[in-house]
Amino acid sequence: MHRYRFVLTRPLQLIPVLFGISVVTFILTHMIPGDPARILLGIRATAEAIAAIHEKFGLDKPIVVQYFYFLANLVQGDFGRSIIYRAPVLGVVAERILPTLSLILLAVAISAILSAILASVAATKRGSFADQSIRLFSTIGLGLPSFWLGIVFIMIFSLGLGLFPVSGYGETFLDRLHHLALPATTLAVSLAPVITRNLRASLIAESTSDYVTAARAKGVPAHVIFFGHVFRNSLLPTISLFGVNIGWMIGGTVVVETVFSVPGLGQLMVSSIFARDYLVVQAVTLVLALGVVATNFLVDLTTAFLDPRVTV
Amino acid sequence: MTAIEIPVAPSRWRGISLPWTVPTGAAIVLFWIAVAVLSPLIAPSDPIAQDLSQTLLPPSFAHWLGTDNFGRDVLSRLIWGTRIDLMMGFFGVLFPFIIGVTIGAVAGYSGGIIDAVLMRLLDVTISFPFFVLIIAIVATLGPGLSSFYIALALVGWVSYARLVRSQFLVLKQSDFVLAARCLGFSRGRIVFKHILPNAIMPAVVFSMSDAVLDILLGSSLSFLGLGIQPPTAEWGIMIADGKSFMAQAWWISLFPGLAIVFLAIGFSFLADGFAEMLGAKD
Repeated sequence: MHRYRFVLTRPLQLIPVLFGISVVTFILTHMIPGDPARILLGIRATAEAIAAIHEKFGLDKPIVVQYFYFLANLVQGDFGRSIIYRAPVLGVVAERILPTLSLILLAVAISAILSAILASVAATKRGSFADQSIRLFSTIGLGLPSFWLGIVFIMIFSLGLGLFPVSGYGETFLDRLHHLALPATTLAVSLAPVITRNLRASLIAESTSDYVTAARAKGVPAHVIFFGHVFRNSLLPTISLFGVNIGWMIGGTVVVETVFSVPGLGQLMVSSIFARDYLVVQAVTLVLALGVVATNFLVDLTTAFLDPRVTV
Repeated sequence: MTAIEIPVAPSRWRGISLPWTVPTGAAIVLFWIAVAVLSPLIAPSDPIAQDLSQTLLPPSFAHWLGTDNFGRDVLSRLIWGTRIDLMMGFFGVLFPFIIGVTIGAVAGYSGGIIDAVLMRLLDVTISFPFFVLIIAIVATLGPGLSSFYIALALVGWVSYARLVRSQFLVLKQSDFVLAARCLGFSRGRIVFKHILPNAIMPAVVFSMSDAVLDILLGSSLSFLGLGIQPPTAEWGIMIADGKSFMAQAWWISLFPGLAIVFLAIGFSFLADGFAEMLGAKD
């Protein structure tokens, strides 16, 4: 069997998960109290008008049939119309993907750099004061509420020092980077403790393996062993950890985008809940779940390409 | 006469020293439990009584942590808020724990089609971003604490089920289970009295860090306006209240946030300590 056959077979394994995701999102929207036709037409709609809408959208059909209508529309990219934006939901949602994606990528980059530095220091100076402080930082970091940290950052760096904008997204690339710096750092602080802990543990595990002893016996300089061998081999489990935590990161963006008024998917989801624009809520939930599935797929592929021992 | 070696369950906690994190974490959590229980006695004033002549006062002797935009005493609100935030940590763990452990035990012990179905259900649940699914469920059920607990029960069981299932898969093959089966014990007795006590520790350890997560989630929901509703004193709401006044009155948001961090550290220490002990045991 060819090593890279999984590139073709792995997507097939996603089908039951995607099916499950569509069922869950359908049920969630279906459970919302109230008649969608009445929401669409308003309180004063006549019984005939409501019946007409029921027939038009298949709301008078059995629930299983309704699900297949839903699925058929989904496959064609039809998520319905937003009652607030008065436009197709797909377009409303698509506009918000880039800010959220940029925020997450920036946060991942910041936490990767932060964790790499902290974990390397902690692992090479095991048991030292620095190591203890880094471990304490990761314990505290796990319990930091990101909505509060965001506000504290705004108070210090935006209102106090005037270094960053309080909220918004910006126009040009650099402007956006400037706007996203604080929200991304807020998000990164919630991810960095998990990554630091695990990277530290795998760095320590790798540095006790036989090939390190052999390299040391040959007289290879310590920094070459560390960066050339130990660090590289420890990266693999860390990459899969990013995949495991992507769902957590996406959850974090909902809160962080609200605090910093970043016009992303999370903020759209929260504002649509208050506006009772449920089709938008449904679409955002679906898009974010697809994001998690896609990320995990990419992480699996990356791991398999990087390490010949891994089979997907 | 030689003694017959009887297969027994793996030994418990003998000879394992207590890491410093366990008593420290326990002390912090007990401190907050005491604050919650004693809040009517120790809170200097009514947490929801407004006094519009005393708005946005900085910390002073009269108001140790200052007052908010309605002139409410921040310290009193913080003390009363402990009740709700601790409860979110406790009940937020309890329901998923019971459901998850049961599902994990059933799936792990019975195997076959039941296991396969339950694990596919798990796959779908974890493919959603955890917090987004919680928000979507709460949005469907309507804002409030009970919606939060229902949402957590529907979503949070997966981690417990996974942990318990993997333990069951190993333990059901072990000698002491075979011995119990040979003695003709019922299936329920084997699962709940013999395997479960040996399989549950990883889930208990996880429940400590899960409590941290639930407190963060619950206060985040309140912050977004989807959890506990004002004017109830809850830390997430207090932080949301202070957000509009962060330029003039930093104290409204700062202190409840520190309270969350301090409570979370308590549970995290417990989780770390127990995980260390579990590692030493295996």
